[in-house]
Amino acid sequence: MTDGINISTAELTMNEPDDRNRLDVTVQGLIHTGMDRPDGPLKVSGRATYAHEDQPAGMMTGVLVRAPVAGGQITGLNAEAVRKLDGVRDVFHGKTFLRNPAQGTANEAPVQPDGKISYIGQPVALVVADTFEQARHAAHMIELQITPEDAVTDLDVAEIETPKDKQSSQGDLDAALSDAAYTVDETYRTSGHSSSAMEPHAAIAQWDGGKLTLRGSYQMLKYNVNELADALGVDAENVHILAPYVGGGFGSKLGISHEAVAAAHAARELGAPVAVVLSRQQVLEATMRRSETVQHIKLAADADGRMTGIGHDSTVSQLLDESFAEPVSQATPFLYRGENREIGMHIKRINRMCAGSVRAPGEAVGITALEIAMDELADVSGIDPVELRKRNIPEVDPSDGREFSSHKLAEALDDGAKTFGWADREAGKTDGEWLIGYGMSSATRVNMLGESHARVTLNEDGSLLVETDMTDIGTGTYAILTQIAGEMLGVPADRVTVRLGDSSLPKAAGSGGSWGAASSGGSVFVACEALRKKIAETMGVEERDLTLQDGVATTNNRRADLPEFTKNGPFTVEGTINKGDTQTDRRQATFGAFFAEVGVNSVTGETRVRRMHGSFAAGRILNAKTARSQCLGGMTFGIGMALTEELMFDKRDGHLVNNDLAEYHVPVNLDVPQLTVNFVQERDPWANPMQAKGIGELGICGAGASIINAIYDACGVRVRDLPATMDKILPGLPDM
Amino acid sequence: MKQFDYIRASANSDVTRTPDATIIAGGTNLLDLMKLEVMTPDKLVDISRLDLKQITPTRDGGLRIGALVTNSDLAADMTVREDYAALSSALLAGASGQLRNKATTGGNLLQRTRCYYFYDTDQPCNKREPGSGCGAMEGANRLHAILGVTDKCIASHPSDMAVAMQMLGAEIEIEGTDGASRTVPLSEFYLIPTDPAVETVLQSGELITAVTLPAPAEGNQTYRKVRDRASYAFAMASVAARIEVSEGKITQAAIACGGIGSMPWRDPAVEEALVGQEPSATLFSKAADILVADAAPKDGNAFKVPLARRTLIATLKELTGVQQ
Repeated sequence: MTDGINISTAELTMNEPDDRNRLDVTVQGLIHTGMDRPDGPLKVSGRATYAHEDQPAGMMTGVLVRAPVAGGQITGLNAEAVRKLDGVRDVFHGKTFLRNPAQGTANEAPVQPDGKISYIGQPVALVVADTFEQARHAAHMIELQITPEDAVTDLDVAEIETPKDKQSSQGDLDAALSDAAYTVDETYRTSGHSSSAMEPHAAIAQWDGGKLTLRGSYQMLKYNVNELADALGVDAENVHILAPYVGGGFGSKLGISHEAVAAAHAARELGAPVAVVLSRQQVLEATMRRSETVQHIKLAADADGRMTGIGHDSTVSQLLDESFAEPVSQATPFLYRGENREIGMHIKRINRMCAGSVRAPGEAVGITALEIAMDELADVSGIDPVELRKRNIPEVDPSDGREFSSHKLAEALDDGAKTFGWADREAGKTDGEWLIGYGMSSATRVNMLGESHARVTLNEDGSLLVETDMTDIGTGTYAILTQIAGEMLGVPADRVTVRLGDSSLPKAAGSGGSWGAASSGGSVFVACEALRKKIAETMGVEERDLTLQDGVATTNNRRADLPEFTKNGPFTVEGTINKGDTQTDRRQATFGAFFAEVGVNSVTGETRVRRMHGSFAAGRILNAKTARSQCLGGMTFGIGMALTEELMFDKRDGHLVNNDLAEYHVPVNLDVPQLTVNFVQERDPWANPMQAKGIGELGICGAGASIINAIYDACGVRVRDLPATMDKILPGLPDM
Repeated sequence: MKQFDYIRASANSDVTRTPDATIIAGGTNLLDLMKLEVMTPDKLVDISRLDLKQITPTRDGGLRIGALVTNSDLAADMTVREDYAALSSALLAGASGQLRNKATTGGNLLQRTRCYYFYDTDQPCNKREPGSGCGAMEGANRLHAILGVTDKCIASHPSDMAVAMQMLGAEIEIEGTDGASRTVPLSEFYLIPTDPAVETVLQSGELITAVTLPAPAEGNQTYRKVRDRASYAFAMASVAARIEVSEGKITQAAIACGGIGSMPWRDPAVEEALVGQEPSATLFSKAADILVADAAPKDGNAFKVPLARRTLIATLKELTGVQQ
């Protein structure tokens, strides 16, 4: 450290739109480029240390024990016998263990049920041994004594709650339906989904005195610290979480999970580092699922296809006492016009693993069903599906009259249709046994900003250091923060270092809800803008008259290398961005359009996607490559949702039947054809000073509908119960 | 995984003299099952270093495939590709590249079912734990068999390779505890699950040393697999078929099906219905009816009845050039 260190703060609350478009004026040329991830070489060469890879000496391994029944109370277990097995150090169970992972931004421990079982697969005990193999076998040898309790394992008999605050109504939907020229009134079902990130949930806990260091795989460290501390009954200041690399999250790692609490508890008791990694089966059985949904959708339209009413009534499921409910109809209020509306939401209570965030909670399934219904409306009205949607784009948010911050759905529809060749699609096309069909759908996702802090240091050598507890869950955070800082301060990317995933660093919003780039990037922007002001001040000019490029500051009559400004030590600014009035003054959302070509096999009912395109508008695109990758990933999720992914439960006892990746079918390479992605030029001044919006989830929001709609076009079978596996197509195919 | 003793066999007799040991070759299935403690052998005998890796011609013009020939090597063998194309296709339709590089011919024949209940040790399964019941019977049974099932077990056999071999009329060379070899036709190798834990005629201490294929037969052959995703999924239905047409009549027919049976399913009545007849959509439909005549579907796998029918009809059309 240098004596002359100079630290200050800068803060922005987004109360006003920012249409200065600063990143269009800066000249470093980093922003928006498809810059490679700085962490890429580490990842592809195995040097990036994921949670279970940074192993301290003397580490022991714990394996969690699964509850075998959906309801009951554990009264004892054969710990004495198991402790005698080879290598076993101890057996833990009881009140520290979580019932389920914390929901996103919970900021406190989830239920710790002290041996009460709420679902099959609930981790109820931990066996720690010297080696993984010993621990795994010993965990298998655990015999639980359980007093059975009633459990609801069949959705058909589950009780239904109808929360008052989740119902809304405008106008008279029934009248609109009876007056309408065209209507749709159908029920759609989507299956439960699992994120199943490539890196399973993993933690290594190590205590030093009363201080815990936990290497984990989590998305939102500032909340995770509090959740973990609360679960362990210690002060948050004694909990330090490291998550420099996270191998996928998709919502499943928003909150602290079983492995972290179990590892920390065991490490504290044993006085040694303990690692706990969930098996793939445990990931599927004990981390967050996306609830299955039943969605009753009603659409009313006049003779021109202009919508006069929308009804969207959804039923989801959840464990008892959990408040999260898949917000299925979150975007229904603003996507299309129609003055008569009814939004309903019901929750069935069931003894299954906790329902929580899985990539784009709400829109992922809600827009998918709505967009199948829109295709049905296009079909009955005879209006082209793209045109139908364009006719129904509202001027303002129809639910509350708010203006949109920026709205590029029409542009995305046009761009997508043009790129895909929508107008040239051929009806009744075949390719051997394959019936070819085309479908499209709109995309939308709400846009958010969360309080975020980041520290940016201009070092004495002119290099930059960016520090925040923000995570990179494979999304490209290292890349975009490098780009934002380098762009703002005129520093080449290889002179910018970004440190992430350490809870001792300034607290970011975390990765989730597509808000990570805007929020953490916003705080870096704010800090950088303050640094620019300091440089301008030193040069005696206004900040806007300052040009920074390749480590050189230039004004009208002066040039200076950046190190000239840090002769007395580095400059550090901690930047803060807060959400403000712009979040509520305008309806903020991202939009897009999907286009798919599928083949349906006329013999077997197998569906394969042949090509798929997405056009998206998400404000300024910070990194063209990582943003595109997000969209490709979202569209791939969409293929899975449409065709293969389904959590299957045995309704007799409630257990998850397909608890591995052999039988929970995520799309494999051969299921994913060449996908193409375009971005529609957009700047959203209401979002943040970068005019960028969230892109991490938009690619899944409605994607599956384009495939389902293409299946209908191909073979005339309208699948309303996803996924569209062959057994649902077969009955509609011609006899053989 | 339960601790186990490990023996590395350097001669076939090391295997046949330790009948209490479980044989491991590629381990692509056994290791998974051991990790889950679905299988808990006390002793493993590793045969991967035995000299069973050759593919050689037989005296009667057929092919002898060593038990340790990997699925990848077998699929890529030029003789297999040219003369037993259905087998090559079937191998390539199975698992993934990495698994095929490890999985062996003998091991593939002996791979266990993918029944969800077999894999979950907290669930009843007559195959894993005789007498405990069958969870699949009234539970999730989308994957399950519709043919060759009993009231004890409806598990389906997962192999693609074995379906093609069944169609090709393969025989299995088995070395016994006395060092003598016996040969069992593949059609007699698997057992109907009256005792679901006993899946084949293989006895303790016996070692599969090779699979022999008869001399290449006339006609067109193919392997068609129907599955939920384009790769890395087990067959919902599959058909391996060879059809020879001469002077407008079917003169030879060999058909085996996967995904629908408790074993690689070959029904001579289906073949008999075809031979001597003029190929036509009507004929194929009749043959397909025979295939599923004794089907015993459950709620989750009822779609396999029309699926198997349709897949067989389409495969026969493809092989004979019948349109519509």
